[in-house]
Amino acid sequence: MTAPLLSVKNLTIDYIGEEKDFRAVDNVSFDVAPGEVFGLAGESGCGKSTIAFAISRLHKPPALIRRESTILLNGRNVLDLDDKALRDFRWREVAMVFQSAMNSLNPVLRIEHQFYDVLKTHKGMSRPQARDRTAEMLKLVDIAPDRMRDYPHQFSGGMRQRIVIAICLALDPRLVVMDEPTTALDVVVQREILQRINELRRSLGFAVLFITHDLGLMVQFCDRIGIMLAGKLVEQNTAEAIYGSPQHDYTKQLWASFPSLHGGVLL
Amino acid sequence: MTVQQTPILALDRVTKTFGHGTGAVRAARSISFSLHAGRALALVGESGSGKTTCARMAMREYLPTEGEILFKGQPVEGTNAAEAAHYRRAVQMIFQDPFASLNPAHTIAYHLKRPLMLHRPDIKRSEIDATVRALLQQVKLDPDLVAPKYPHELSGGQRQRVNIARALAAKPEVIVADEPTSMLDVSVRLGVLNLLSEMKQEMKLGLLYITHDIATARYVAEDIAVMYSGQIVEWGNVGKVIDNPAHPYTKLLLSAVPDPDVRFDDPSVRLRPEDVEDIRRQSAMTQDRIVEVDSDHFVRAA
Repeated sequence: MTAPLLSVKNLTIDYIGEEKDFRAVDNVSFDVAPGEVFGLAGESGCGKSTIAFAISRLHKPPALIRRESTILLNGRNVLDLDDKALRDFRWREVAMVFQSAMNSLNPVLRIEHQFYDVLKTHKGMSRPQARDRTAEMLKLVDIAPDRMRDYPHQFSGGMRQRIVIAICLALDPRLVVMDEPTTALDVVVQREILQRINELRRSLGFAVLFITHDLGLMVQFCDRIGIMLAGKLVEQNTAEAIYGSPQHDYTKQLWASFPSLHGGVLL
Repeated sequence: MTVQQTPILALDRVTKTFGHGTGAVRAARSISFSLHAGRALALVGESGSGKTTCARMAMREYLPTEGEILFKGQPVEGTNAAEAAHYRRAVQMIFQDPFASLNPAHTIAYHLKRPLMLHRPDIKRSEIDATVRALLQQVKLDPDLVAPKYPHELSGGQRQRVNIARALAAKPEVIVADEPTSMLDVSVRLGVLNLLSEMKQEMKLGLLYITHDIATARYVAEDIAVMYSGQIVEWGNVGKVIDNPAHPYTKLLLSAVPDPDVRFDDPSVRLRPEDVEDIRRQSAMTQDRIVEVDSDHFVRAA
């Protein structure tokens, strides 16, 4: 196996309380290989989003990452980065797409300008250079480049989510963290977006950390999957094994809670 | 539908238009469906397809622009205050958001006493507490534990059970459930759906189950209606529609439902964006022709 792109080791995160602390992530370790899609599945409150925040160093107090934890990206410990290194690291190496990302576009700026902000800050591009790159990125997500002059409200929710993904990919990151990126969208739109991301990771080679509660969707998209329960990673395996031969009782229970299209529940 | 008796609630070619002139939006176009005692109809569609507009018309929250709503065969429009009050009791709603639909300043017991005092003059004051307990037991919550609590002390699934109990308190004949489980954790969804199914059978309720999740529609309902862009494009027996979809939009919807047997890497299952666009455009046009695919399975065509 090639060296992992992302290596999370003994990650423990507490939310510090007045009387007692709440352990949100409990000694979690997993690796993500370059170009791989790794899924983290679990219900609300299981700690999956806390992990996503920690990887891009977006966690804030009262969240506290315990000392024995390491998050290595290309061999470098993300938790040791200083402010300047962190600015370079975010977006260029790790980009994030959230559930409500389509609402994170600035409503009073044209799409073109929002790409320019990123490209100028991180790559020092001029406006014409940024425009070329914007056109290229929009084409990747099936949006006509001439629409870069439009404002966010002129696009549908699915299109806005695709624009956010295009902005995320504009700096060619090695890892994209997606926290429930399509949960607020309809199934047809969800399918179109994830199918496109899958094609792009094949052609551009970035890895994806994909977080969702929908196990069926996860098996369709991911290479490997980790199942989380109350802060612990209780099972991790290939997508086929998680679907075909789940080992942990909780994984089995999760499967049993999805009704199947063909009657009854899955499994 | 195979049931021949008069439905409890029926929408007959109902249209709802918002705004006027060129900016008018036809949120519901010539919608017809009926709800029968002890049966569930699933209204399935994506956001913006008009599902909730239909629910609101069934609740008499919106008045239809055209068409009629029939309650036990009688048009509801133009009824007097007493009949309107009867309708308000008989048709109850369960909302999507269990966190916003309970009053944070009142106990669970209060939430259940209110509908009893408003809608159930047959219950004596001295019996109200006992009825509250019975309602909580019916939705499988422990009355001693839950009745004195406030909404913030309960989980999402427990709150949705309280919402169901509140609807049942009015002794309804029809329940309109608008996405009742979409905000709940996956492991508690089935429990709430099972409860709704049981209530439907035991109390002979007509259930209108509104959802964007077609897999749960099969789990809960006997009949299904698929909506797109304000029209019901396909309807009938839930098994027949899902196993043998005839409308291009129903086929598209079914092909996009997450299915662990289908990998995105498989090129044969790829949805082509241009095809999707095409189906959306065609399905949004007015489709006047109704084709019977099979007994109890119908589809619209242009």
